[in-house]
Amino acid sequence: MTRIGKASELAAYRAELLKKRPADAKVVAVCCGTGCNAYGAQKVYAAFAAELAKQGVKDWALRSTGCHGFCERGTLVVMFPEGMLYQRVKPEDVAEIVEKTLKGGETLERFLYDDPVTGEKHRLEHEIPFYKHQERLILGQNGQLNPESIDDYIALGGYLGLAKALEHGADWTLEEVKKANVRGRGGGGFPAGKKWETCRNAKSDKHYVICNADEGDPGAFMDRSVLEGNPHSVIEGMIIGALAIGSDEGFIYVRHEYPLAVKRLEQALVEARGLGLLGEKILGSSLSFDIRINRGGGAFVCGESTALMASIEGRVGEPRAKHINTAIQGLYNKPSNLNNVETWANIPLVINRGAEWYTSIGTKGSTGTKIFSLVGKVNNTGLVEVPMGMTLRKIIFEIGGGIPAGRKFKAVQTGGPSGGCLPAEKLDLPVDFDTLWNEGSMMGSGGMIVMDDRTCMVDVAKYFLGFLKFESCGKCTTCREGIRRLHELVTAVTEGRATEETLQLIEDLSETVEAASLCALGTTATNPVRSTLKFFREEYLAHVKERRCPAAVCKTLIRYDINEKCTGCMVCAKRCPQKCISGERKKLHVIDQSKCIKCGICLDVCKFDAVEVK
Amino acid sequence: MELSRVDAIIERNGSRGASLLAILQDVQDEANYLPREALEHVSKRLELPLARVYAMATFFQAFHLEPRGKYVCTVCMGTACHVRGAARLVEQLERDLEVKSGGTTKDLQFTVEEVNCVGACALGPLVIINGEYHGTMTADRLTKTVEGLKKAEGGTR
Amino acid sequence: MTLNLTINGVRVEAEEGESLLDVARRNGFEIPSLCHHEAVAAYGACRLCLVEVTKGGRKKLTTSCNYEVLGGIEVVTESAAIRRHRAMVLELILAEAPESATVKALAAEYGVTRSRFAASGAGEDRDGCILCGLCARVCAEVVGANALTFRKRGDNRQMGTPFVEEPQTCIACGACAWVCPTSCVGFDEQNGERKVHRWKRSLPLAKTEKGHAFAPQFQLFHFRKLAKLEADFYKKAPGER
Ligand SMILES: Cc1cc2nc3c(=O)[nH]c(=O)nc-3n(C[C@H](O)[C@H](O)[C@H](O)COP(=O)(O)O)c2cc1C
Ligand code: SF4
Ligand code: SF4
Ligand code: SF4
Ligand code: SF4
Ligand code: FES
Repeated sequence: MTRIGKASELAAYRAELLKKRPADAKVVAVCCGTGCNAYGAQKVYAAFAAELAKQGVKDWALRSTGCHGFCERGTLVVMFPEGMLYQRVKPEDVAEIVEKTLKGGETLERFLYDDPVTGEKHRLEHEIPFYKHQERLILGQNGQLNPESIDDYIALGGYLGLAKALEHGADWTLEEVKKANVRGRGGGGFPAGKKWETCRNAKSDKHYVICNADEGDPGAFMDRSVLEGNPHSVIEGMIIGALAIGSDEGFIYVRHEYPLAVKRLEQALVEARGLGLLGEKILGSSLSFDIRINRGGGAFVCGESTALMASIEGRVGEPRAKHINTAIQGLYNKPSNLNNVETWANIPLVINRGAEWYTSIGTKGSTGTKIFSLVGKVNNTGLVEVPMGMTLRKIIFEIGGGIPAGRKFKAVQTGGPSGGCLPAEKLDLPVDFDTLWNEGSMMGSGGMIVMDDRTCMVDVAKYFLGFLKFESCGKCTTCREGIRRLHELVTAVTEGRATEETLQLIEDLSETVEAASLCALGTTATNPVRSTLKFFREEYLAHVKERRCPAAVCKTLIRYDINEKCTGCMVCAKRCPQKCISGERKKLHVIDQSKCIKCGICLDVCKFDAVEVK
Repeated sequence: MELSRVDAIIERNGSRGASLLAILQDVQDEANYLPREALEHVSKRLELPLARVYAMATFFQAFHLEPRGKYVCTVCMGTACHVRGAARLVEQLERDLEVKSGGTTKDLQFTVEEVNCVGACALGPLVIINGEYHGTMTADRLTKTVEGLKKAEGGTR
Repeated sequence: MTLNLTINGVRVEAEEGESLLDVARRNGFEIPSLCHHEAVAAYGACRLCLVEVTKGGRKKLTTSCNYEVLGGIEVVTESAAIRRHRAMVLELILAEAPESATVKALAAEYGVTRSRFAASGAGEDRDGCILCGLCARVCAEVVGANALTFRKRGDNRQMGTPFVEEPQTCIACGACAWVCPTSCVGFDEQNGERKVHRWKRSLPLAKTEKGHAFAPQFQLFHFRKLAKLEADFYKKAPGER
């Protein structure tokens, strides 16, 4: 690999690449994101490689790409330039696809996406409702490039933003990011340009640039997808940031649960160094900057800025008081600018296409797009990227295709453990930083968990408190003991042991936990319990007063029964771990309630819908 | 674990306090857990109090001070998996393997663990067995999967 | 540089770098605390020293022990909200250390005589420890023995020794027991042996030339090393010199 010595030579390098890959090149792209891999994408990819060779196909290139977002339907295979999408492809299907579609030009109907709502079939990826309403500025490239190839990234215009920033200088770059009003995608929504400026103006011999790739929010995986699917976009963003801030050293702090992201990043860093995009005198300019990777140790709190920096310094991830901003006094007490993965990935776009273009997307206060992980009780689960300001309804019902199995929408949880649950009345709210905050929830990093009428909101509050009591660093009394006690109290509600006084104590204690904890983990920890108490008080009261769980989730308050649909197939009786289901072949079965441990296996295994839970 | 291997890991990461987390991760990757002698050795080599090394080793969920099983069954407890019934999968494993979550069977074959989300939410509920993802799992299928593994081990249990 | 600020409406002076808690106490304002000691770095764990600080027109609650004073701030050390939060914090702490006289007295000052929370019930029993971290900070920062540490996190957090065993670097000086706000460490000297109960450390006492037992061998060795004293320095006890 030769170093590119000047910013202007990057364009020439790219032109060479484009010559070798015309826009109408035929490419079959196999999604090898984490979701599709779990469905066996690697095997599908291998099968394509083998079949293309075996059938002597020369005019189709094969590409392994990052996550396309529609994980629900994996393994995804897209055929460019047309963009036809085959979904749920298995290794054994590949020979037929190569023969009939790639060679014969035939469309195989059974691999096309069929809309669960309308029953319609769609051929092209961008026609599918899931994709049609999205604006995939960041994620769009995932499907078009091989994350292990810097040339793929450059061919798509990668590093041109860096070249432009170098050409216009640090001041211009900072101004552009400020004008674009890019707000932090990691949770707080703090304007990135403002943070950069604070950091750059802090007098010091050293400034650090850090990428927060800890993604601890349970139910969010957009950062993972960007890191695994397009690592160079994050790296390019960080180099541009280093230029604007005046930094020569960067860190990427990645969750240990994301080994593939680490591997891809490592490889991307090597390739970028090889081309002179990282290291001494980047693209022949006076900018010198390099990036190191730090692996986290599996602690949610390490996503908090001061805990993350402590962890990079080799100490346990305990937050410290932030009376002085980390942009002024952060890592090793030096000015340190921390941004989230998605924030960094937005930067090349801003520079490349300009602040004016960027602010035309989204709303006035929240510009650009946001990636959400749309999961839970929704038909089309996966990653969706939409302009800020789209309503919850449109995201959940048009893109997400609504609630499966004809059930009813009940709530949507945004913002992870720091966020809240919003009920159906709030579905027409636009999703942006400020609206969600005002409703007692939060954008957070973009987890969006849809819940149907079979989800118990008290149980959801208990879940988040259970998560947080374990993930709190344990330093403050209010956070460690407060969350633990809240969990105890909410558990009492789910077990029918609570009174209305319990609810009052939950509210009072929540107030202190919020007011008196040291870091944002503690101060936002009560959002899930408070928002559910606010919007779903009836459901709490049903547990308290009637000892009843309306959603039939809370174990102590429910029972399993077998109804007359039972055909006497005996499957449940065989699988029941308690052996407490009795009945003869072809006769109605009965559950002995005194022995039942409510494991729900009978419900799982019954093919006749005869097991009920109430 | 031989201390020379710990030394090699220390060389690779740099003998500095800031490398402590990375060193422990590499030790765990090799040994599958953090053996006590390794922690003591790291403390000596980095000239850090044992108390600090021990704090690090117990703070992060990624670390284990006890050996783990040949098959590590990790149930994802992320929110998406939770609303799709992940808790029942943990209970199922606990029953099938007769071990509490976080524990390892006496014959060192199976470890049952929970993780707070691995970012594969679209596949929930999810169980990872030795790094392999098993999506949209049910309690019943999990039992069959585990039984399959037990059989493959010659039915010793 | 001298800074000017007001506390409860009274103008006071402070030096740059001082903590708000120290400044307030020096000027006679009472603020409760359980995790603070002037000999060691502030930590901010107990959350009792909450005060209200107004800076540039913005009011917020913050702990005072780890707040470095700034010129021009206005501080309020008592208000209905502050009292309410301190009372709740004390109720949480009382459930962990129901036997501690210090905690009981402090709680009573805030009208808390019993805790609505069940007795402890934490993952592992904490036996009266409220995880203020003072013992470990004193042991590390003052004694230099680094025998103690927090382990685990969240509600599983515990204070103790590496591997929960007799700590090999402990010199049985007793500083931790002395500084512990709930007196849950336990320390005594009997039959020529000094014991630190909570950490299960016991060390034989050294004898002087005159046969007085006054400190553990290991402690003397440690002090000799720290202060670069002669090898026979402790052949005499301080009073015998
Ligand atoms: C408990 C806690 C966990 C957090 N986890 C993350 C995380 O996983 N990823 C992230 O980018 N930000 C996380 N944050 C927010 C960061 O502290 C910080 O605000 C963010 O990384 C700044 O980047 P941004 O301005 O680009 O969003 C977390 C905050 C808290 C309090
Ligand atoms: S609020 Fe919670 S997580 Fe944050 S420092 Fe306090 S105990 Fe740790
Ligand atoms: S819920 Fe479980 S224990 Fe109860 S009857 Fe069904 S299978 Fe048996
Ligand atoms: S008695 Fe031991 S543990 Fe306590 S302060 Fe002294 S050296 Fe540290
Ligand atoms: S033993 Fe005492 S000093 Fe140490 S953390 Fe517990 S309460 Fe604080
Ligand atoms: S004295 Fe300030 S938090 Fe404990």
